[in-house]
Amino acid sequence: MKTLTVDDLAAIKKRAEKLLELREKSNALVSEESCGIEKGTGHLQILCCGGTGCKASESALIVKNLKASLEQHGISDKVDVITTGCFGFCEKGPIVKIIPDNTFYTQVKPSDAEEIVSEHIIAGRKVERLLYVDPETQKHISDSKHMNFYGKQVRVALRNCGLIDPENIEEYIARDGYAALADMVFHKTPEEVIGMIKASGLRGRGGAGFPTGKKWEFCRAYQDDAKYVVCNADEGDPGAFMDRSIMEGDPHSILEAMAICGFCIGSNNGLIYIRAEYPLAVHRLQVALEQAREYGFLGKDILGSGFDFDIEIRYGAGAFVCGEETALIHSMEGKRGEPTLKPPFPAESGYLGKPTNVNNVETLANVPVILTKGPEWFASIGTEKSKGTKVFALAGKINNVGLIEVPMGTTLREIIYDIGGGVKNGKKFKAVQTGGPSGGCLTEKHLDIPIDYESLTAAGSMMGSGGMIVMDEDDCMVAIAKFYLEFIVGESCGKCTPCRIGNKRMLEILTKITEGKGEMKDLEMLKNLAEVIKDTALCGLGQTSPNPVLSTMNNFYEEYEEHVKKHKCRAKKCKALLTYTINPEKCRGCGICAKDCPASAIMGDVRKPHVINPYLCIRCGMCMSRCHFGAISVL
Amino acid sequence: MILDAAASIGINIPTLCHMDLKGTCVKNRPASCRLCVVEVQGRRNLAPACATKCMPDMVVRTNSMRVIKARKTIAELILSDHPNDCLTCPKCGECELQALVTRLNITQMPFSGGELSQRKKELTPSIMRNMDKCIFCRRCESVCNNVQTVGALGAVRRGFNTTIAPTFDKMVKDTNCTYCGQCVAVCPTGALTEHDDTDRLMDDLCNPDKIVIAQPAPAVRAALGEEFGMAPGTLVTGKLASALRQLGFDYVFDTDFAADLTIMEEGAEILERLKKFLAGDKTVKLPIMTSCCPAWVNFYEHEFPDLIEYPSSARSPQQMFGAIAKSYWAEKMGIPREKLVVVSIMPCLAKKYEVTREELKHEKLQDVDYSISTRELARIIKRANIGFAELPDSDFDSPMGESTGAGVIFGTTGGVLEAALRTVYEVYTGEALPKIDFTEVRGLEGIREATIDIKGFPLKVCIAHTLGNARKVMEKLREGKLDYHVVEVMACPGGCIGGGGQPYHHGRIEVLQARQKALYAEDASKPIRKSHENPDIVALYKEYLGAPLSERSEELLHTHYSDKSIK
Repeated sequence: MKTLTVDDLAAIKKRAEKLLELREKSNALVSEESCGIEKGTGHLQILCCGGTGCKASESALIVKNLKASLEQHGISDKVDVITTGCFGFCEKGPIVKIIPDNTFYTQVKPSDAEEIVSEHIIAGRKVERLLYVDPETQKHISDSKHMNFYGKQVRVALRNCGLIDPENIEEYIARDGYAALADMVFHKTPEEVIGMIKASGLRGRGGAGFPTGKKWEFCRAYQDDAKYVVCNADEGDPGAFMDRSIMEGDPHSILEAMAICGFCIGSNNGLIYIRAEYPLAVHRLQVALEQAREYGFLGKDILGSGFDFDIEIRYGAGAFVCGEETALIHSMEGKRGEPTLKPPFPAESGYLGKPTNVNNVETLANVPVILTKGPEWFASIGTEKSKGTKVFALAGKINNVGLIEVPMGTTLREIIYDIGGGVKNGKKFKAVQTGGPSGGCLTEKHLDIPIDYESLTAAGSMMGSGGMIVMDEDDCMVAIAKFYLEFIVGESCGKCTPCRIGNKRMLEILTKITEGKGEMKDLEMLKNLAEVIKDTALCGLGQTSPNPVLSTMNNFYEEYEEHVKKHKCRAKKCKALLTYTINPEKCRGCGICAKDCPASAIMGDVRKPHVINPYLCIRCGMCMSRCHFGAISVL
Repeated sequence: MILDAAASIGINIPTLCHMDLKGTCVKNRPASCRLCVVEVQGRRNLAPACATKCMPDMVVRTNSMRVIKARKTIAELILSDHPNDCLTCPKCGECELQALVTRLNITQMPFSGGELSQRKKELTPSIMRNMDKCIFCRRCESVCNNVQTVGALGAVRRGFNTTIAPTFDKMVKDTNCTYCGQCVAVCPTGALTEHDDTDRLMDDLCNPDKIVIAQPAPAVRAALGEEFGMAPGTLVTGKLASALRQLGFDYVFDTDFAADLTIMEEGAEILERLKKFLAGDKTVKLPIMTSCCPAWVNFYEHEFPDLIEYPSSARSPQQMFGAIAKSYWAEKMGIPREKLVVVSIMPCLAKKYEVTREELKHEKLQDVDYSISTRELARIIKRANIGFAELPDSDFDSPMGESTGAGVIFGTTGGVLEAALRTVYEVYTGEALPKIDFTEVRGLEGIREATIDIKGFPLKVCIAHTLGNARKVMEKLREGKLDYHVVEVMACPGGCIGGGGQPYHHGRIEVLQARQKALYAEDASKPIRKSHENPDIVALYKEYLGAPLSERSEELLHTHYSDKSIK
């Protein structure tokens, strides 16, 4: 293994910058003009998203077809095809971007490759049908800068995602990668670096928002023969995938940050705890680890500085609770993944009883850039107590599903309406669920709150890892609370009484309510139970598990009451509360509904109005979908 | 911790999962039941008193409305996932959950009617598992993993479906469980109890065609009184013999007699190996290890099959008694073997398994028919309307009722070794002991060692109790780093006084200490305190066995071990 010096690093950076020059320049450039070989463009690059989402839509085949087509046209030397990480606009994936004119193609199919090459790359004409259509103006937009989705975003943690080839370390180096590490090992003391992280105001992005610099300082204070840096990549919130995208799109930033953390806390061992369901992220990390070792950024005597640090990957089986740091540590030790009481905190007694610092992926991704750009720069973004940016995964009834990164303090309205493009199908916004299954549902009245750790908690939800699920008028809030509780009941480790039995009983009460069997005293019991669980559960999962119930009860109490008193579900989601009826005036007696009813609940003579027997009806909705005359309605 | 601080000023915060047998390694503090929650000023949520450290100027409320309401709700939740069959539960009256519910004044079950978690039931030779009653305190798991290092029990599955069971929810009988019964000793509810043989015993006692004889173990007499409201450590030897007689046992003997016999055989084996060793024999296996504890035997057969030549081949006192009763005594009395029922009363649950061991059968028949625990005996005495406290003292029957002080101390950690030392010293030197008490081997420390001067020969001995401590010793032996001549092992904390069949100590170490003290007191009060001076033992060798390690002794009083590791 060659040992790289700082001078070598500078040389690599220079060499690699050429690779990225085109991309970085074009990023700054906004032109309606498209480039093409026939228009005299010397060199082009085609970026294709290689994230899990786009890969599922055959983006790998797009890359293959693009390469084959370039080969066929004999221009492969003039055009690079680069697989990048996630662009974030997953709603419109797979994404293909043409450099240097910065054309942003959406929902590309493998069969589009040939057209992109012959029309755009060669002839310099944009393939209009693949361009993004602005939902408001119905105009084609060819450049991401002009899209509302990207307009308000500030990409710090995602700075390299969708820009660099994650499997090429030199592209990372070109983007100032490993510069912070190299500078640190020669010119800085651990205390200085911790001071910088503290000054930046960076807080844990895994949910609780503990100040990262302070965490490192605590861990540094404990002396032992071994210490560990753990990257918590056990992303478990349903719908959240920012950590996966960072690992897939910019794995080296995590490795560099872990080495920096190791230097600061006095550790030589790093561990990445990642769920085995993330095979692509695992692969990219493995490739990155090999490259980093080969270049001397990991291993013994990093860059000749005398500092040793290496990283191992550990696999989790995907239990939600293993995202809790003590449970995560137990899982890594080969024990049952369940939390233990803190203190002792991992900083004192963590992995194998040794001082351990656990940071989430997104937190770590911020670290190198804080050191290269300076803590002041980072602290200038965000709110008073929450600095920097936060990545959110937009999902649910929203037009632009995807991964976004915004400065702390951005309002929910900006995120949902400006970036997210508003609620799908023009429906009315009802609520947004933030913070994953243990977060809460926020309503219209919360839309203008500048979001940060404190404001979300104050509003009865939490930051969590950044899941954001939008709900519209068709969503029943009781059913939503039940859905999240089902998740929690399934994911509870079972250790403490309130979470193990309490959540189960809450779920039973909610089920009763959605089946129309609820009583008013059940609502009281539900609330009492939720409060006791919040007050007494052992770990963060249990303490926050009643949040969906409490927040929906606080914000949508009338819906609960309706279910109980009127046996009515206004969103028509709770099946047991629905009544299907046939309007005798509209019914022609064709009998198709009766024929297709799986429960044989519909009776009537031919050409005479039919009736539904409510006792037999299983509320499947089959009759309604079959009726040609719109005679069947649901109440 | 807040819990201890509060207790020290007379505030008793309720607990359920918590257990701390102070001074031993028996500890369970998962802070998981959440019943001990208290309000700490300035803290967002309630804090578990068992696991929250006290800080200067901390303001703690242990009985605010918030706390009381939370505690009540939690207890109601536990009840909602617990079978509602207290009246017929074997743990009724001893159940910590029952006591707690009474204390918290819970008179309604608002959450009842919910789903019950489905868990397994199992009846092994020693232990009955009814996991529906498990409240997930994890005490058994802590004991099995951390104290005994057997690891037969652990949490399986997640959330509401969690159960405590062997890996993959296998049956205990298919694991390396040693049947030590410590899980039963700490279980707060009726989830883990002993395999109950009381009905079987009642049947036999009432059967005129059977001659039923009893052999109570040493540790029973120091604990049985607790079941009748007596203070821990009250010796009830005389009442025990009377009670057994009143129950209808035809003969009431004493396992202590067999303990003396064990010393004769094991002592002879110690001397034999030592002599070989001193003569320069390099193949002799030292240290020799005691073999009276059946859970310990199971443990090394499972975990250390490569070292099974180290323990003594002497059978346990229970089995020696059975073998002699069904041969020497039965022949002498003219009782046919099939008519004779030998019942042992033991502080132990592993003894229930031991009686069934194939290696210990005589022509496929058991020497000891079954073993009942101290707790079961108490139950039968109560059922038979015997006013235990009012019973007069009586003696055990002859000839297998006579015992020495050496036999009595078999019931405590260090006792077997001390008994052996008394005999080995005198046989080896041919001189009378200057001081009978070997106080250097006594105590409750997990692993103790001493060097005994036997007229110039420094005999290095070691005592370990709990299997976790035994494992430490065995691992050193495996590494060849063990420098002892004799090692005593007992599986339970404190030895048999803390056995899995004893009255529940409910986490109070004072109970074990008092029992230990009682046994040493009984020893000190005995006229004869050395096994080889027991006149009935002397007669037995003269009339029947010949000498220790004779052919007949080997056949009746010794056994062999085999590799029983779970592959």
